[in-house]
Amino acid sequence: MKPADDIIITTRDVTKVYQLGAEQVHALRGISLEVRRGEYLSILGPSGSGKSTFFNMVGGLDRPSAGSVSVDGCNLQELNQKQLAWIRCHKMGYIFQSFNLIQTMTAVENVALPRIFAGESPAKARAAAAEILDLVGLGHRLTHLPAQVSGGQQQRIAIARALVNRPGIILADEPTGNLDLHTGEEIIQLLADMKKQLGITVITATHDMKMLSASDTVVWIKDGRADRVARKGEFEVAIGTIDGKTLA
Amino acid sequence: MSNAVIPEQRQVSWAVSFQVSWAGIRRRFFRSLITMSGVVLAIAFLTYMQVMNDVVRALVRADDAVLNVLLQQAGVDIYAGDAPDRMMVLLIVLSLLACLVGIINSMLMSVTERIKEIGTLKCLGALDGFIVRSYFIESSVQGVAGTVLGCVIGLAVAIGVATTNYHGYIAANLPVFSILRSLTTSLTTGTLLSVMAAILPAYIAARKQPVDAMRVEE
Repeated sequence: MKPADDIIITTRDVTKVYQLGAEQVHALRGISLEVRRGEYLSILGPSGSGKSTFFNMVGGLDRPSAGSVSVDGCNLQELNQKQLAWIRCHKMGYIFQSFNLIQTMTAVENVALPRIFAGESPAKARAAAAEILDLVGLGHRLTHLPAQVSGGQQQRIAIARALVNRPGIILADEPTGNLDLHTGEEIIQLLADMKKQLGITVITATHDMKMLSASDTVVWIKDGRADRVARKGEFEVAIGTIDGKTLA
Repeated sequence: MSNAVIPEQRQVSWAVSFQVSWAGIRRRFFRSLITMSGVVLAIAFLTYMQVMNDVVRALVRADDAVLNVLLQQAGVDIYAGDAPDRMMVLLIVLSLLACLVGIINSMLMSVTERIKEIGTLKCLGALDGFIVRSYFIESSVQGVAGTVLGCVIGLAVAIGVATTNYHGYIAANLPVFSILRSLTTSLTTGTLLSVMAAILPAYIAARKQPVDAMRVEE
């Protein structure tokens, strides 16, 4: 495999400026990064550092003011809304801190949604959803509503929903943020297992130390810039600190 | 992969949109009842006024001496002719406008409450058209259900009041065709109002961005 084929996401000088009244807020000041296929990348940074903004750019959820984001060599800024929707549906799976399940839909109906949007019939989509729910250990909770299962199980449903279209990339925004220690560990393990089994690239925005120990690469964002990029083995995880830096 | 080979996401059919939306409509039933109540009351009022008017006209046309006394006791001007009462028309129009504003308001609140849900659906690959359709379907189903219920209530109350006032004369002089025409008018008016009320909220919902799924805290 050529080195270029090994790169799934490339960002070049990604800048984001928000206009708040008369004031300009520079959320991102030019971040260039390459994400390797099958990599587990964690984006780390304190509140207001631009971490979430950068995460949204990489996920095709927001457009940069300047610079570019490419997924599989395809520049997201040049795509129209329908092409972006196709990318979000087929190439990416999203996992949110507060799970973002549709409360009026059962587990299987929630997981079936991306396949329905991809053009599959609801019956076939539900069959595929049931399979993937079984894979994440929720084969016995297919017809439960989100409010009827625990937080950890809700996040498993969200992971199943993110995986159901077999995307190349999973984007997880603080996936353990609303979970207790033990459940958080289970979710990290599940993500790591899925990454290994399905060969997907996992990108997380996180504060969670446990998440970092599963990461292949960690990017520290500070004041809208990539302060440091470290590959596995180049950073040490200790209680309360990473590589000497206190967690924000 | 170059941009040219990225296909455009295809819109799901109306039938599938309906199936997906139906789960929400069914499980938000009690919330829907509140939204529907405005339509039910306005359409019941419209139906009642029309049916009472039909019944009274039929009874006046019967030209029975005892019946004329009953009609005058009920406050009907039996010499007034068939011209509609302007005040009544104004009242009906106002009640329908209040109903329209009520549905728009309820649906706009529903959009605000569900910004995160709309953003999430877009993250999963939903197009603007799907969001428009789902709001349109939800509002229309509520509106049609409310309209039918309003027609039934308005008709029942009108027949009940007419029977109390005019006793056995109703059965002999019931203007079935006029009442059916009035019911059709009520059904059409209620359905059109519900569909019109859905346009603005559906448009606003569709403009929400996927990034909204991340921004709003629960």
